[in-house]
Amino acid sequence: MDELKLYTYIAVFGTFAVYFGIAWWARAGSTSEFYVAGGDITPLQNGMAIGADWMSAASFISMAGLISFLGYGGSVFLMGWTGGYVLLAMLLAPYLRKHGKFTVPEFIFDRYYSKTARVVAVVCLIIASLTYIIGQMKGVGVAFSRFLEVDYDLGLYIGMGVVWVYAVLGGMKGITYTQIAQYCVLIFAYTIPAVFISLQLTGNPIPQLGLGSTLSDGSGVYLLDKLDMVVTDLGFNEYTTDNMGGTLNMFAYTLSLMIGTAGLPHVIMRFFTVPTVKAARASAGYALVFISLLYTVAPAVGAMARLNLLNTIEPVAGQNLVYAERPQWFKDWEKTGLLKFEDKNGDGKIQYVADKKTNEMVKVDRDIMVLANPAIANLPNWVIALVAAGGLAAALSTAAGLLLAISSAISHDLMKGIMMPDLSEKSELKASRIVMTLAIIVSGYLGLNPPGFAAGTVALAFGLAASSIFPALMMGIFSKKMSGTAAVAGMCSGIGITMLYVFQHKGIMFIPGTSFLGDMGPNWFFGISPNAFGVVGAIVNFSVAFVVLKFTGEAPAHIQALVENMRIPKGSGAAHAH
Amino acid sequence: MDNEKTYWGENLRLIFICLTIWFVVSYGFGLLLVEPLNTIRLGGYKLGFWFAQQGSIYTFVGLVFWYSAKMNQLDKKYNVEE
Repeated sequence: MDELKLYTYIAVFGTFAVYFGIAWWARAGSTSEFYVAGGDITPLQNGMAIGADWMSAASFISMAGLISFLGYGGSVFLMGWTGGYVLLAMLLAPYLRKHGKFTVPEFIFDRYYSKTARVVAVVCLIIASLTYIIGQMKGVGVAFSRFLEVDYDLGLYIGMGVVWVYAVLGGMKGITYTQIAQYCVLIFAYTIPAVFISLQLTGNPIPQLGLGSTLSDGSGVYLLDKLDMVVTDLGFNEYTTDNMGGTLNMFAYTLSLMIGTAGLPHVIMRFFTVPTVKAARASAGYALVFISLLYTVAPAVGAMARLNLLNTIEPVAGQNLVYAERPQWFKDWEKTGLLKFEDKNGDGKIQYVADKKTNEMVKVDRDIMVLANPAIANLPNWVIALVAAGGLAAALSTAAGLLLAISSAISHDLMKGIMMPDLSEKSELKASRIVMTLAIIVSGYLGLNPPGFAAGTVALAFGLAASSIFPALMMGIFSKKMSGTAAVAGMCSGIGITMLYVFQHKGIMFIPGTSFLGDMGPNWFFGISPNAFGVVGAIVNFSVAFVVLKFTGEAPAHIQALVENMRIPKGSGAAHAH
Repeated sequence: MDNEKTYWGENLRLIFICLTIWFVVSYGFGLLLVEPLNTIRLGGYKLGFWFAQQGSIYTFVGLVFWYSAKMNQLDKKYNVEE
């Protein structure tokens, strides 16, 4: 076993041992501990746990790579996935915490006094969470297969086993404390390589400042100017101004991601774990600090990785890398199929340009930008080993949060809330553990056999959260008169139009060939891509709800009183079931 | 009861101020006004690009803490704290 592999095993299994230790220490004994960690998590702890809960395999592995290739256009992910927390902190979290229940569908049921509304919320929650989990499971399998050279399937089984131990044993309590540990692992793993690379390129150890500094090669040229120059010379769009599909599309995309972020149940649920309204407001702030640590480093990682990659292939303009002399990391990633070279002009050198006809780097997978970045920059082996543990921490922590959202929606909302109201606490706890085990098996199965539509599903998860859950919650708090009938009508039409738009451009249930309008710019409504459509769904939801409200009469007096009570912090107790 | 109504009114005003700033730094500076702002430089950053990839995020963090501190004061002022 070589040194790198040894370090990777130590990093990965060392962190697993820590998670198991925490799981044993934080076993859940009651439904309150299982659903809301007993309700006595501090804001600082909760902020860290939200950070890990939120930052998934996609944030850790894919986001910097996306920015790397999209340049300025990648800003939609940076602003969208952080700006949502401003909405959450001011429009939802404090009031939901004051109301003090275990789950999001339960809040919807109380506020809209309607079992239909609760079921609609459960369905949206399950679809959004399951589609999200597939990505995490794939992330676990990929991390194992690339870093430890374990079979993808075996890697996924190990991941399922680890999540099972701490999520099923500990419920929200175990998940919270492991997420805190996972946040520390992932943020170290993300920032340390970035610090090294920023030092190498600019001499500034802080990546956020390095991105705006001059290169340390003595030329005195700013890093971003150099990058703009290099990419435009090769025929790509200018890095700092390339706007993905136009301003309106970026605008709608950012807004959809923000609203979707604020409406994702596995994040909202974390605000039920703190003891007071004040603590809920504070934990939103801490969460955003911890998330921003990664999100402000990501653009530096993206830009620097792009520059490093281009510099490796063409160190001096016109003097391209000879394929036979390519570095070791190049060979390693070729083996995985994520990098592919085709010597089109037969000169034995690598030409990497924008023009598809002469470009010889026929495949450069975006994920490489984070995964191979340390190797491209010649960083020490222990740094590369950390990246493996960090990627796994990001995937596992998000998967656990999603699994809890799913199992609580089924055991607490469907079983206890609707089908078997006289279920005892002990049986409910047992039921939620069984449901969670089943959810792990289902998501593992989906990770092993990713449905053909897996790529389109993230858009669907955000679209559903943005067009159904967020508007329903917001109107529930800010419009006292909003009635159950009107809210259900709004939710259904919001989801309806979003699904219709996604399906008409991406195929019904993402089955190729069934789309009735092509997935191309000219067919899009005002040039808005299906991924960016959630905000239109949300607007439809709000409009339909207010129109129906006008014709069907307002919510009864006791509900209006309930809303008034929700708006003031006084009298909040720990989250409870009834 | 009136006390609680004024409290809610002040809260709404505060949210409105925060969300205006939220909108201006991200959608305003980062998207709609990005081209004119890009003519100004902040070190190696074009200013519009900086707002889109750095500045808006720092502002978000500041906003959430400021809102939270202001609300804690309001809770005390109107005697509705926990």
